[in-house]
Amino acid sequence: MFGKTHALVLCLLAINLTAPATRTSADGLKVNDPFPDLTQFKLEGKLPDLTKGHVLLVDFWATWCSPCKASFPALDRLHSQYSERGLLIVAISVDEKQQDVERFLRKIPIHFTVIRDVEQELVATAKVTTMPTSFLIDREGRVRFIHNGYRGGESDRQYAREIEQLLAAPGKSP
Amino acid sequence: MKRKSLLYLALAGTLLTSGCANVKPWQRGALSDYIMRPDRDPLGSALAEHMWFSREAAFGGRAVGGGGCGCN
Repeated sequence: MFGKTHALVLCLLAINLTAPATRTSADGLKVNDPFPDLTQFKLEGKLPDLTKGHVLLVDFWATWCSPCKASFPALDRLHSQYSERGLLIVAISVDEKQQDVERFLRKIPIHFTVIRDVEQELVATAKVTTMPTSFLIDREGRVRFIHNGYRGGESDRQYAREIEQLLAAPGKSP
Repeated sequence: MKRKSLLYLALAGTLLTSGCANVKPWQRGALSDYIMRPDRDPLGSALAEHMWFSREAAFGGRAVGGGGCGCN
């Protein structure tokens, strides 16, 4: 019934419908993966000393992302509560313009480190699926917890519980 | 001849329309810009609503009442 031409046309249509040009891969950073070395990426801003065995909270955010904005005061509270015990928060902006970041920080002043992933290479390596996404990294540099999105009090309580757990774990002290 | 044309057409379609790219989560800055909001102009939205419910005779559709006459 179908000639070769029709079969070929159908094949082409099937290819067209099922093969977008680029596919997002879901195999980003997972729990227990070593977090990439931040010094290997083009980051704008002063990177803190990461060699002292801190518990690290790396947060990927952007000025255009409302939940990121909502999470900043909570991250600042975590900073004031846990920084002396060895928590280091590094918020990595994926904004294209540094001016946007500066304008944002003038409105919401915070005390933890904010840097910008200039070429969006680090975020592409981490392959985050949501904005914001944050990674809690233990003193050995391994991802231990991943937060996709920010859900107010629920996230705050979860952060506190996980940070307490990581700070209590043995490892080199800062 | 007709078959060949169909084949070329399908081939061209495959090549030209399969370039849809996924926007990654960290690249959505432009999409979340205020200018991308369809409801950023309240007057324009109200006019569009009015035309929509009049043309479609959508009584009470999308929070506006009307019987399709376009007179309210």
